[in-house]
Amino acid sequence: MSDTSPPQPKPRVLVLEPGRADRHYWRDIWAYRELFAILAWRDVAIRYKQTVIGIIWAVMRPFLTMVVFTVVFGQLAQLPSEGSAPYPVMVFAGMLPWYLFAAILGDASNSLVANTNLVGKVYFPRLIIPSSTAVVALIDFAVSLIVLAAIMLWFAFLPSPRILLLPVFVALAVLASLGPAYLITALNVKYRDFRFLIPFILQFGLFLSPVGFSSSIIPDQWRLLYSLNPMVGVIDGFRWCILGGDSAIYWPGFALSLIVVVVFLWLGIRYFRKTERTFADLL
Amino acid sequence: MTGMESHSVIRAERLGKRYVIGHEVNREGYRSFREVLSRAARNVTRRSFDLVRGRAIVAGDQTEDYWALRNVDFDVMEGEVVGILGRNGAGKSTLLKILSRITDPSEGTVRINGRVSSLLEVGTGFHPELSGRENIYLNGAILGMTRREIRSKFDAIVDFSGVETFLDTPVKRYSSGMSVRLAFAVAAHLEPEILIVDEVLAVGDAEFQRKCIGKMGEVARGGRTVLFVSHNMTALRALCDRGIVLKAGSVRFDGTIDDAIALHLADTDGGFGTVSEWTWAPGREPHGTGLAISRVALTGSKSKGPAFRSDEAITVTIEYEQTAQIRGLRMICQIVTGNGDVAFSSTDQLVRTASSQRPGRYRTQCLIPPDILNWTPYLVRVACGIPGQHTVVPLTDVGRFHVHGPTNATAPLGGAVAPRTEWRIEALDGQGAGARTAVTLEG
Repeated sequence: MSDTSPPQPKPRVLVLEPGRADRHYWRDIWAYRELFAILAWRDVAIRYKQTVIGIIWAVMRPFLTMVVFTVVFGQLAQLPSEGSAPYPVMVFAGMLPWYLFAAILGDASNSLVANTNLVGKVYFPRLIIPSSTAVVALIDFAVSLIVLAAIMLWFAFLPSPRILLLPVFVALAVLASLGPAYLITALNVKYRDFRFLIPFILQFGLFLSPVGFSSSIIPDQWRLLYSLNPMVGVIDGFRWCILGGDSAIYWPGFALSLIVVVVFLWLGIRYFRKTERTFADLL
Repeated sequence: MTGMESHSVIRAERLGKRYVIGHEVNREGYRSFREVLSRAARNVTRRSFDLVRGRAIVAGDQTEDYWALRNVDFDVMEGEVVGILGRNGAGKSTLLKILSRITDPSEGTVRINGRVSSLLEVGTGFHPELSGRENIYLNGAILGMTRREIRSKFDAIVDFSGVETFLDTPVKRYSSGMSVRLAFAVAAHLEPEILIVDEVLAVGDAEFQRKCIGKMGEVARGGRTVLFVSHNMTALRALCDRGIVLKAGSVRFDGTIDDAIALHLADTDGGFGTVSEWTWAPGREPHGTGLAISRVALTGSKSKGPAFRSDEAITVTIEYEQTAQIRGLRMICQIVTGNGDVAFSSTDQLVRTASSQRPGRYRTQCLIPPDILNWTPYLVRVACGIPGQHTVVPLTDVGRFHVHGPTNATAPLGGAVAPRTEWRIEALDGQGAGARTAVTLEG
């Protein structure tokens, strides 16, 4: 409270009215980017301070699931891999975006309830809270990426140059997760039992999405319909990047998945923003 | 504050905030989706039943609108320091929440011209696992400071808090006093144009509170606009020029702080009081997590309240229901003078045992011995919490009572209390005069 305050931008007149959609919402989000960074950093710091076991589990879970899927789908059911890629590599390449999706959906949906004290005491665009949980998920994802590298090394499988495009698909995976995550986060504030849906979504989704098998085994006439699941496009994209060469993307399906991702994102943000002004009253 | 060309920085017009209470929303404020579905199904069957029977269809389950604020108008000029007063539930917190953009108004508008920082709680977002240093950055960012701002003030913050040696220790190992000091230190270095502060002085020890009030006075004199809610009348009078009294969601008074305080105190429980027992409607009782106060009563050893004699003992009875195990809980009773100064506070800490932590219904009583209180009106407040850790029920104005002097007494002398003291007068020119006691004041 000294008098050497840094020059502040000329304040605008702020008008608070019922139901007034804030026209400066996105500018506010930008203005609060440091809060986003610091909340994300807090979540990461706490995760790594508290639970070594948790991190080991985050790595072991996709790995063990990969082993099971390889045995069940690859060995017992004799499903084909994609091109020349070993079955475990193919499964793990699909497992990566799936667990990213699962982590974002799970953490985000509970994030507002877990940060009740913040929501009730200070203003900031609430979208920051579920979004910042994606950073923690990305850190776990990075660790899993190292595991993938180790598996590829084990099978002496070289990635194609397409792997340079992987960041694009990681971004796509994050967007595909955030759409449903915003929706469920907002619903979970109002209806506290909504988070019980998430285990169902994740359990069914794991088998409905091409995680344990390649989406090329889906009969052609059903592939477009199958691509309504946005994770189909994302997982295919990951495999196309990582497995290279013979892995092909079914483009009409990929485009459809993209559209579904965008629609979910739009719906999620819209519903979140519509309800976020009542969060403080409900929490 | 003075001599400056001032313009309105906060203008509230016809401001209102409505909450829906009733059967649709449970007490926690949220619903479960399952409940909504089953209710919808029940309503459909009931309505079709009514339709068949030809009965008028009434709107679903009864809900009730509760206006926490209604038709509130005021203007705050640049550089003004405004105290907001009112009983618990008068709408103070709701008003601050609207001004801080935490919740939306239901009607009316507010125009705010300037950068607002609000301090509705000390240490919002503090995380026990993080170190003091990390929490300074976290809390600063939450209060709206940039990283550069925090870095430039870091040393000043640490200095003010006095926790240098523990900067890299997780806050969970701090004593509660230390974490409060650290939290206030961060808040004290905010540089907003408009500062909104809710009852944050209720924490910490007396010395630290003095330091905080000093810091807030500095802010006020620095020409910033401050809105300040507190039950601490001394602090309000020291800091504010103007007071707004809220009552049942609307502005009851807007004027000088002295008039506002006088009115607020007289208003508490309807003037001088005709009762000496207070209870609350279900759901409105002073409560916190795991505890609700159900009844407070004052009884004199010689007379019935609310007017007592100065030479009788007065018992303050507090009854409460505890639904959770609370370790280290104590009940606090505070006696406040007509000026709003705290005459004294007392706690039942010494008689607490392990068995009184358990859930159940309890009655705790405080006996105020005779010849302590002055011959003036007083206000009784209660609160409870865990010493040095957290407040369970915040300080709540309960009601007023009056103490009369002996019938042959002259007008009361000044002072928050008038304990019986012993005086001795002696003639120094040889003729001895005996000892003699009299009731006088003690500052």
